[in-house]
Amino acid sequence: MAPPANRRSGFSRRAQYSTFFQYTAGVLGAVVGLGLLVVSIVNPNAFSTLRGAAADLTESPAQATAGGRRASKNFIEEIGGFLQSGREHARLERELAEAKVRIAKAQATETENLRLKQLLNLREDDAQPVAYARLVSSTGASARRFATLGAGTDKGVAKGMPVRSQMGLVGRVLEVGMSSSRVLLITDTESVVPVRRAKDGVPAFAQGHGDGTIRIRLVNLGLNPLRKGDVMVTSGSGGLYRPGTPLAVITELLRDGAVARVLSNPSDTDYVVVERAWAPPPPPPPAEPAPGSE
Amino acid sequence: MPLLSGNDTVVRQRINRKPSRTIASVLPWLTVMFGSMAPGWLLIASAPVLPPFGFLMFIAWRQLRPGLMPMWAGLPLGLFDDLFSGSPFGSAVLLWSLSTIVLDHVETRLPWRNFLTEWLVAIGLIVAYIALCLGVTNIAGASAPIRVIVPQVVISVIIYPLVGRFVALMDHIRLTPFVVMR
Repeated sequence: MAPPANRRSGFSRRAQYSTFFQYTAGVLGAVVGLGLLVVSIVNPNAFSTLRGAAADLTESPAQATAGGRRASKNFIEEIGGFLQSGREHARLERELAEAKVRIAKAQATETENLRLKQLLNLREDDAQPVAYARLVSSTGASARRFATLGAGTDKGVAKGMPVRSQMGLVGRVLEVGMSSSRVLLITDTESVVPVRRAKDGVPAFAQGHGDGTIRIRLVNLGLNPLRKGDVMVTSGSGGLYRPGTPLAVITELLRDGAVARVLSNPSDTDYVVVERAWAPPPPPPPAEPAPGSE
Repeated sequence: MPLLSGNDTVVRQRINRKPSRTIASVLPWLTVMFGSMAPGWLLIASAPVLPPFGFLMFIAWRQLRPGLMPMWAGLPLGLFDDLFSGSPFGSAVLLWSLSTIVLDHVETRLPWRNFLTEWLVAIGLIVAYIALCLGVTNIAGASAPIRVIVPQVVISVIIYPLVGRFVALMDHIRLTPFVVMR
């Protein structure tokens, strides 16, 4: 619609003032925004309480749409599955037969592991999950990758706890509200996770790339030992992330690392698990100085 | 004559009615707030792919009805958007207020308007908004490369006319007379 043809306020003092104050208010808004922006850049946690309250308030409709999102995905998958069920069935049976053999092997390895750990007097700390919850929303329009989790202090979630799905690591808790919390996804550019190659333990860092992929940076420079299809798991160095959580699979090699695809796509996961922040076992006490050595 | 009498009931429904004052003034604000809040629920995105619907609605309302929301509307609406957007708090307040002023200036300068010019003006604002959002996020420490926002810019530019249609529909609903006058 065209703006009103007569925009001049004429000789009316009142009209002139009202136009002037309109513009002043607009500029004032911009100035307030600039002030808020400076505060939030200097102190990123300054408004976390407000954000948490907003996320808590909108949690119930977000939970409802999360359920709907899941249902619609299932519906589409079901139609797709109907079209190729025969082929899929045959493939699954073949894979199941292979998997049965592998699981027998894995059980043998596990018992052997347990025996060796008992020999070494290592304590087995089991990953007790803190909470199961849905990822209810995310910042789909921003360059940052945050998601909102439908569990907060009411379920015992605390800052820094890693979040994972059955498929692999999803992220870690950044801010906690009453019934919701904010999760930094591993695809965010500020998320850095220490990882190692699953099969032989080549150490590296996994940093988000911003576009849904992950950049793997090797710790040891030199010849790049990575290959396409390698699976990276968390190494647990530095604590926080429990070692051995699968993270990403390498899709493209670079000179000093690789680009990897995330294993647990957060939009495919229904429920995620919040785990306790992992702490590496304390270092062994320093050896007693031999008496009479001084 | 069933056809005419059917028409008659429609006319009778319109006669002696006026639009609700509350809905007429509140609906634009509600749609913009819904636009900033709801898209995050649709998918858990691992890349910025969703257009900033709140901003698109805000621009569309300002283009459709320039004087409807006051010049300072960017302050409260931007605050609300900041709660959910994931950008540093305050970026939407600043950028929405600035875009209001810019849009106002452009509209006084342009002597005529049609679909294409409005879309072009909106494209300029949208591209600048998304790029500046990325810049602000990077200043706050994200260091995301600029190619990350390319899909988002393309999707936003293409979807803007649809948002405009939606806003026009909302405007129609806003001014539908259904409250009985006495």
